[in-house]
Amino acid sequence: MAARAIRTAFSQINSVPKSHGQGVLPFLQERFLESQSCPSNTRQYSSAGSASIQKVTMIPGDGIGPEISQAVKDIFEAAGAPIIWEDVDVTPIKGPDGNFHLPQAIFDSMAETKMGLKGPLATPIGKGHKSLNLALRKAFSLYANVRPCKSIEGYKTPYDEVDLVTIRENTEGEYSGIEHTIVDGVVQSIKLITETASRRVAEYAFKFARDNNRSTVTAVHKANIMRMSDGLFLKCCREVASKNKDIKFTEHYLDTVCLNMVQDPTQFDVLVMPNLYGDILSDLCAGLIGGLGVTPSGNIGEDGAIFESVHGTAPDIAGQDKANPTALLLSAVMMLRHMQLGEYGDRIEKAALDTIREGEVLTGDLGGEATCSAFTKEICRRIQS
Amino acid sequence: MAALTRRLLCNTAWRQTVVPSLSSFGNRNYTINATEQQVLSCAKYGGRHCVTLMTGDGVGPEILTHVQEIFRYAGAPIDFETVEINSSTTDAAYLEAALLSVQRNGVALKGNIETKFDDAEFRSMNVALRSRLDLWSNIVWCRSFKGVNARYDDIDIVLIRENTEGEYSSLEHESVTGVVESLKIITAEKCERIARYAFDFAARNGRKKVTAIHKANIMKLADGLFLESCRKVSEDYADIKFSDMIIDNASMQMVSRPQQFDVLLMPNLYGNILSSIAAGLVGGAGLVPGMNVGAKYAVFESGTRNSGRSLKGKNIANPTGMLLASCDMLDYLGHHNVGALIRESVLDVIAQPQHQTPDMGGQATTTDVIQAIIDDIKPKTQTSLQEAQSG
Repeated sequence: MAARAIRTAFSQINSVPKSHGQGVLPFLQERFLESQSCPSNTRQYSSAGSASIQKVTMIPGDGIGPEISQAVKDIFEAAGAPIIWEDVDVTPIKGPDGNFHLPQAIFDSMAETKMGLKGPLATPIGKGHKSLNLALRKAFSLYANVRPCKSIEGYKTPYDEVDLVTIRENTEGEYSGIEHTIVDGVVQSIKLITETASRRVAEYAFKFARDNNRSTVTAVHKANIMRMSDGLFLKCCREVASKNKDIKFTEHYLDTVCLNMVQDPTQFDVLVMPNLYGDILSDLCAGLIGGLGVTPSGNIGEDGAIFESVHGTAPDIAGQDKANPTALLLSAVMMLRHMQLGEYGDRIEKAALDTIREGEVLTGDLGGEATCSAFTKEICRRIQS
Repeated sequence: MAALTRRLLCNTAWRQTVVPSLSSFGNRNYTINATEQQVLSCAKYGGRHCVTLMTGDGVGPEILTHVQEIFRYAGAPIDFETVEINSSTTDAAYLEAALLSVQRNGVALKGNIETKFDDAEFRSMNVALRSRLDLWSNIVWCRSFKGVNARYDDIDIVLIRENTEGEYSSLEHESVTGVVESLKIITAEKCERIARYAFDFAARNGRKKVTAIHKANIMKLADGLFLESCRKVSEDYADIKFSDMIIDNASMQMVSRPQQFDVLLMPNLYGNILSSIAAGLVGGAGLVPGMNVGAKYAVFESGTRNSGRSLKGKNIANPTGMLLASCDMLDYLGHHNVGALIRESVLDVIAQPQHQTPDMGGQATTTDVIQAIIDDIKPKTQTSLQEAQSG
């Protein structure tokens, strides 16, 4: 019976594209080989560690994507994080109906791993297919976009001591894509707000605040203008707040938050808001700490989570070993924390932030002259020392 | 002849004329004058203009009282007609009276009216005023102030925002319980109108660049129509550089490099957001004036439309924004001398640390600041009086 189980597991492994990132055998395949008494010249896992090996789907992406994803893998290996990577290529392929579709491999992989790390993707223009982000979001109900914005020591901006988190509803709101031309020259765009989605993101916000020792959750809205839609969102937030009295809850208008954010961002902690406001505010906060090149981001869903870098593919420096892997690395750290592997995440984050603070080995965008590999090696060195 | 005059007036209806101001505000010397059609709407009796005063909520009443005081000392030929409208005057008759007053006088100075959004019956009076008076353009001019503590000191951005449609259409319904739809309406006519206003403003004011802000990658039809209208209008103004930027990128750029922006042209909600960001960058809500202009009427208020509820009665509110708005109003009505006089005094006074209110990092009270401005104005008016008597 055990043998049958192992055979079944082995066949499942074989059905997945064999594009291993590390040259490391999957866990179950290893066990099968052992049970078949093959010469064990394969690497042994110490399953005596605190966590079993977990598989994560890696989407390297385009442009600088492959370089920075390799950097993240190297750093994870240096830290000994119990992660194996399953690389998936998401270039759209032409289906039998003539339309471009995403390859089935990505859905299969994510269905199994339920955890993804995504590099930057080039947006093909005029290829006639739905965007990957939209497809992934729908497939795995990724309802909350989380972006922690913390000032990075060693990367100076006019704003110091920023330490806030924006949590944005990711599925509806202004981005529902429901638009009509009513008559020629008159267009209506529908903003959809539902109680289910609002409550869900509010509950996640309070859970996040509790899990990460944050003291305040602020709902951002424009209920004075959009009283029914933002009013409903606010009502859900208030209801969830009343069940989470250990966390302080405040509510502010969007324009007031923007005004105060650029004057004194230290007054904000966790912000929760609908889709459009979240898009704008999260980018605003990224601008406060230094831009998208150093900002992590995570999409949390009911059926899994995908963490990603939100910067572009930088085609002008792709392949030249000049890229900065910080954003993808910090997103990967977020992922480790989400997977309850926080101690590895803390070590990696500390090494990365120490490297930037010391300022000796920095990539070009951070003000230095080092290559991506040198920067990565320095972080690995710090982890292992 | 009458038909020709009418046609001429209609063609110039929305084209704000601009004359060099007698005051220097940084290195920009321009203000906004009323158009011919707007002048016809302004009530002027015996050389004095009558202006509607809507005190609103929060710190509005106290600051507007100070504004009237300063107008008296400066000798501004303005009579105020105070209409009662605030969050407690919910009867429709108050709104109608306010509208009638503005239609009669042509110009208003306004404090912000709070919206009690938890009350289902309460309609936003600010939105109602703007849409009923068809004040389709909102202009907020954010310039760095001398002597004021801010992260950047070289900002000069004019934010021109469509003021009547978009997300502020107030068209919402609950299809089933727990599912709400809110309509954002974009029309080609209004987009073209605001775009033309912005380019005209830029052309007459020597501004080099107009940037349209949108999210047309996601809202392809609505913001796509806005962007397309702006592009079409930009072809008529070959000397002005036209570019566009997505709203989230624009927010990020505003906090990292705001100096790159010149004139921003935006639909309603994005205008609200970027005006707030820009106002925060130059020193805060208390400093920045704003104006709402239509074909016939103009309403002047604070740039970020805050009521300052938490500051009410404490005598610490910053009167600068409302004072600068009232100076813009004086320029609009053609009283350039007085407008320049008050504006100069206000700017000179707030540049001094001992006259900065807590929102600017200082310790002064509102009355301290007002007294300092009055003290600055008095010698100037006495000089001009002596010159008038001797000359």
